[in-house]
Amino acid sequence: MTAELVRGQNHPLPHTRLEIRVTAAAPVMACATLGDERGTVRGTEWVAHPGSPTLPGIEVSRQAAAGLRFHIDLEAVPEQAHLVHVLLALPEGVGGPDRFGATAAPFAAVTSTDGTEVASFTLTGLESESAVVALELYRRQGAWKVRAVGQGYAGGLAELFGDHGLPQARAFAGGIQEAVARHLASTVQIPLPGAQDGVRVRSDGLSSSATPGPVAQTGPAGPVTQGGSTVPQTGPAATGGTAAAGGAAASGGTGGTAATGGAGGAVNYTHPGRRISAPPTPPPVAPPAEPGRQPRPVAGDATGWSMDERLYNQVWGMFEDLARAVAAYRSAIDFAESRLDQELDRVLSDPRHRIGGAGEAAREAARVKHDQLATQAREVLDRDLAQLVAESEVVEPALPAAYARWDNPVWHAYRVPMEIPMALRLGDVHLPEHPDLRIPMLVRLPLERGLWVDSGRSGSEAALMMDEAQLRGLAVDTAVAHAGRLLAVYPPGEFTVHVIDPAGSAARSLAPLTASGALAGEPAAGAAGVSAVLAKLTERVDLVQMAVRGGATESLPPGLDTAEQLLIVNDFPHGFDDRAVTQLRYLADEGPAVGVHLLMVADREDAGAYGPVLDPLWRSLLRITPVPDDHLADPWVGHAWTYEPPTVPPGSRVLFQVLEQVALARRSWRR
Amino acid sequence: MVDVSKGSAPGGPGVNLTKGQAISLEKKGGGTLTAVRMGLGWQAAPRRGLFGSRTREIDLDASAVLFADKQPVDVVFFRHLVSDDGSVRHTGDNLVGGAGQGGDDEAILVDLQRVPVHIDQIVFTVNSFTGQTFQEVQNAFCRIVDETNGQELARYTLDGGGQYTAQIMAKVHRAGAGWQMTALGNPANGRTFQDLMPAILPHL
Repeated sequence: MTAELVRGQNHPLPHTRLEIRVTAAAPVMACATLGDERGTVRGTEWVAHPGSPTLPGIEVSRQAAAGLRFHIDLEAVPEQAHLVHVLLALPEGVGGPDRFGATAAPFAAVTSTDGTEVASFTLTGLESESAVVALELYRRQGAWKVRAVGQGYAGGLAELFGDHGLPQARAFAGGIQEAVARHLASTVQIPLPGAQDGVRVRSDGLSSSATPGPVAQTGPAGPVTQGGSTVPQTGPAATGGTAAAGGAAASGGTGGTAATGGAGGAVNYTHPGRRISAPPTPPPVAPPAEPGRQPRPVAGDATGWSMDERLYNQVWGMFEDLARAVAAYRSAIDFAESRLDQELDRVLSDPRHRIGGAGEAAREAARVKHDQLATQAREVLDRDLAQLVAESEVVEPALPAAYARWDNPVWHAYRVPMEIPMALRLGDVHLPEHPDLRIPMLVRLPLERGLWVDSGRSGSEAALMMDEAQLRGLAVDTAVAHAGRLLAVYPPGEFTVHVIDPAGSAARSLAPLTASGALAGEPAAGAAGVSAVLAKLTERVDLVQMAVRGGATESLPPGLDTAEQLLIVNDFPHGFDDRAVTQLRYLADEGPAVGVHLLMVADREDAGAYGPVLDPLWRSLLRITPVPDDHLADPWVGHAWTYEPPTVPPGSRVLFQVLEQVALARRSWRR
Repeated sequence: MVDVSKGSAPGGPGVNLTKGQAISLEKKGGGTLTAVRMGLGWQAAPRRGLFGSRTREIDLDASAVLFADKQPVDVVFFRHLVSDDGSVRHTGDNLVGGAGQGGDDEAILVDLQRVPVHIDQIVFTVNSFTGQTFQEVQNAFCRIVDETNGQELARYTLDGGGQYTAQIMAKVHRAGAGWQMTALGNPANGRTFQDLMPAILPHL
């Protein structure tokens, strides 16, 4: 069934492999842009356009035509991309119409790969516009949806890109127009090989269609964007652009940042905010192994543009290797046991074995076979575990603060950072085969979903051992440690924490946050406090969302706090009326996309009176526990991993000290 | 090293390797094989005129079934690209072929050292997912390559191979402390490896 969408309407997408078809009365070109969770296009490398038609999972047509079709594989788009915009624009300077109003309304459709139409949208009502955002494909709770947008721009692609926050939009749009014009003129142009980064190709600018155009994506900026395409969904991903800048030395090559304004001029396609001109320093190389032995592991021995990224990828690699090594072991043991059972059954049912010692011998033989295989499997596992333990021993001390345990000395040498790290350690995970081998559980920043510290006792054995008040206290302590870590790893003023503690029951646990002055304000108490905080955050989400959708981010009120927001909610649903619960659900649904996150400290049973209406809320949060609990599954084989929260060593004042520095930096940075 | 690239039997199902021929995966200079790759390549279907997208594309799939004592315990194919233990990896589904222009369009990598101890045989199969018989597919082949040095151990030509949609290609199995490969080259019919299970079992 085809859904005929009207402007603003959305529709679920049943598949992730899709074809986009566009028909128009005049030749149009199609571009696709990726947007992150805030809808920001992180740079020109997130735009597929006729001059540079491929992005992971997307390939647009190189030319303008009245009928266009191209494929999108949403599974292959980078993890950081939360939406894909399909843009249409009229080519300039080729003698066609210069505004959509002069032609029949263009038509865009999303079809599955077998040709069945999923949704279609006729872009009516366009007048002087020459570029338009036709469709938006966006992630919503793990699935993809399509929305009909139809937002047109009279200033063409340049205005559209400018509106999406792309720097030097005019020059970028000019380059695209030029690439299309070249194609329409059917002059086959071989891209100039090997133009050095920063050395721009000069053209005389007299006749745009006859001059060789810009070389698309030369230099080392290219491979960065490709990295994200092959990694598993939840696995490590090469960053699209943000982390890449960190590791690379900015040595030379940035000369040509100011692109020429005219459409005929050459364009520098490198991202102005990224100063990569030399490949990053190579990762440390493991020393050659002695014959017959495994090489000694080295920290940072993984791919990436910076040490942070390499360590992140290495930790994820260790996580996967442990998951798979244990999977191999468990399947071998399972097999050995089931074979033993079968063989013992066979011995039992064979009448020849009833007399004499034959039966006993056969049983013994079966057991020997089983033990042999089990021993062999254990040997292989021990070999793998030893290697991973050795790796963990070199990796743990090398981790930056955001990835490190609280007892790591790096926290005592803490300095307020200037950049957001790639990821944050939420705790450790381990498997029963080797409980001492603990893998850091790293999640990407900015957070993609909120957190729920489960203070309920039903979850695990460890929780059942504790009395209720003790467990609740521990849950708030855990939440404070997470919030403190988040505050510490963000640059000053880029992360704000609010607390709702309706009954004031968590005052003692919250002391590190309140006493250090790291909080935005006092914890909100009572029903009035709850609704005031929720109203403020709800308004913020709404404003930012409107601004992002309307492409008017510069029109946000000047007083608006642009930092990421974290709301700690203790004792839910105490102090919440129905309105407040609705607002909380709104924040959980809509907040993460615009940088507002929840950190709930709650026992689900307390909110049992609400019935199933709160299920989506709990599901949308990542559940973590204040005590070890085996509830986390890995993305490869689905073992049940035991999660352990990061604990501050008893008696240590490290959290206090770190938060004091954060508060100090915040005060001196406040503008 | 057995020369397996010659001696195709005319009229046979396009097998360049003598059926049932066993090749020990031991290297000449001593030491056994540590990693093999099964590669599969074919030529994309020719574009058809005006409505090019209606070209009937050809999708061949490579699969590897892992057996422990004749019981299938894991399988690597386009919906499960890595065996649970991580030792066998599929490089990804290719739906149309021709990407490698004579190179492998799909490949399965086996790290023999990491294969779990109870797995004693791995069977490689090829299926025509879109249903064309090997007669209709151009320049199709599958091969087993020693991944450490790129040397081809066995190669089959599939095209012109008669009214079959599948082939049970080869198996690698444990022999002593190392591994051996046996060419099977058995034509069969089926859309995915599941359809081939009855045909595979006699070869174990």
